[in-house]
Amino acid sequence: MASFQGMKINPSRYHKSQLKFYAFIIPMTLFVALPIIFIISHAFKPSNELYAYPPKFFVRVPTFDNFRDLFFLASESGIPFSRYLFNSVLVTVIGVFLSVLITSLAAYSMSKLKFKGKKVLFEINNLALMFVPIAVTIPRYLTIAKVGLIDNYLVLVLPLIAMPVGLFLVKQFIDQTPNELIESAKIDGASEMQIFIKIIVPIIAPALATVGILSFQLIWNDTLGSTLYVNDESLKTLAFYFSTLASRTGNTVAGQGIMAAASLISFLPNIIIFIILQGKVMNTMAHSGIK
Amino acid sequence: MIRRMNHPAWFFTPYVVLFTTFIIIPVIIAIVLSFTYFNTIQTPDLIGLKNYIELLTRDEVFMQYVLPNTFKFAFIVGPVGYMMSFLLAWMLAQIPHKHRTILAIILYSPSMTAGIAMGVIWTVLFSGDSTGYLNSLLLNIGFIEEPIQFLTSPDYLMTIMIIVSLWGSMGVGFLAMLAGILNIDPSLYEAAYVDGLRNRWQEIFYITIPSMKPQMLFGAVMAVVGTFQVGAIGVQLSGANPTPQYAGQLLVNHIEDFGFIRYLMGYASAISVVLLILIYSISKATWSLFGERD
Repeated sequence: MASFQGMKINPSRYHKSQLKFYAFIIPMTLFVALPIIFIISHAFKPSNELYAYPPKFFVRVPTFDNFRDLFFLASESGIPFSRYLFNSVLVTVIGVFLSVLITSLAAYSMSKLKFKGKKVLFEINNLALMFVPIAVTIPRYLTIAKVGLIDNYLVLVLPLIAMPVGLFLVKQFIDQTPNELIESAKIDGASEMQIFIKIIVPIIAPALATVGILSFQLIWNDTLGSTLYVNDESLKTLAFYFSTLASRTGNTVAGQGIMAAASLISFLPNIIIFIILQGKVMNTMAHSGIK
Repeated sequence: MIRRMNHPAWFFTPYVVLFTTFIIIPVIIAIVLSFTYFNTIQTPDLIGLKNYIELLTRDEVFMQYVLPNTFKFAFIVGPVGYMMSFLLAWMLAQIPHKHRTILAIILYSPSMTAGIAMGVIWTVLFSGDSTGYLNSLLLNIGFIEEPIQFLTSPDYLMTIMIIVSLWGSMGVGFLAMLAGILNIDPSLYEAAYVDGLRNRWQEIFYITIPSMKPQMLFGAVMAVVGTFQVGAIGVQLSGANPTPQYAGQLLVNHIEDFGFIRYLMGYASAISVVLLILIYSISKATWSLFGERD
């Protein structure tokens, strides 16, 4: 079909007819990338460049001064930087693991098992896709206080791991797996849990990676938990420490360098994990539609 | 043990318990509290609809600033961000895989920077004195003579909030739409051209969008939610709640203002309920915009 002029999805190589798309996408990408390039550049500026007038976008003589200051600033307040980092890593690892686990279990029951109230439950979950946690900060606090979770490590994790979007994505993904697979395993005497672990989990790995990424972003970047539900300074997370930098450094120019370093540290794990797993995410998203 | 785990309860209980505790119950409490006077110290006093009446008739800040701001913000950031996501996804689908992956990662990356710490970029770029990057640039090319107080001036705050939010609007919905477009069966296009499709616009509206309706819908819901989620940005940028002359005050900030600054939890809850209803109705409206539900 040499005369076919329409859309060529996923072309295998570059052709000059694609130039018009590049002409639009590349400026947009630059606009999006500039602030991020700026953060990277700013984080490595020595103080004379931070104060320079007129300000320079790119760093000339990169140093690690800002990172060093960032580490020492933490210990001044009595809590070493490593403690915040440890808390963040611990909470994030536990949170991502639990989130993937409970979400996939629930998604399997929603997709393949039969029980009363299943439809209602999925409808409520779909409604909750529109849920904005920030709107119920206060009642959430009251609930957490009532349950007695204040100043408990778990409070940094538990409110975040039941993600309606995660359940939705995994359920849509499991819907695609053929029932015959499950039926034949049942004939061989496998229990539902065995089927889930041995057959379903390997198939839905891409969806699980996606849930992992989403919950990672949520937990790693969360400051609300440390701010509201935890009073003990030594239990708070890196994201919380970073969010207090503006007041700690008094919003000075030197402080901006430190904050840029902090932004970079909190951003890097997100982007690295996403780059590694992006193929799986795209695979999951193909099944993401609301039907 | 695992060999005998057959009951569905094994699977859904953990999720349902957490979902109920941290989503359902707080929403119910918000609704109940919204009918009370509650200052966090005394027990809540039932006062009926008084909070809502006060909110709709006597709260001048709400009517004059918060509600119009929220609508303005939502109706620009939501649709523009959504259309941008679709357009970029549509174009990305038509370039080779390697380039697409790199560009898509960059476009998605701002939505990973949700952390408050990222605010530093904007405070430096838009800083109000001549050392701010934008001010310095504009002064240099002679566009302005005096530095502009971008972040503390009521004239600019909303515009900057919108730009910053659009910057981060290529999120999960964008990825879903990209995947949706890539999954459309190419033979559909060829068949449509044989049947007399004439141009790219017809193609988009008759083939592309209908074939990926589920993803379009998912993207739309994510766009609506995302828009209301980033509401705190005005306070972050200007460094004050309330924002200067309420220029960047959105519903979310109004809740915080009454809940955590004035400790009027009942009243704040009423605002929360209004916010949830608003998001719900806008999502539903978007839903029906996409036509027939099957």
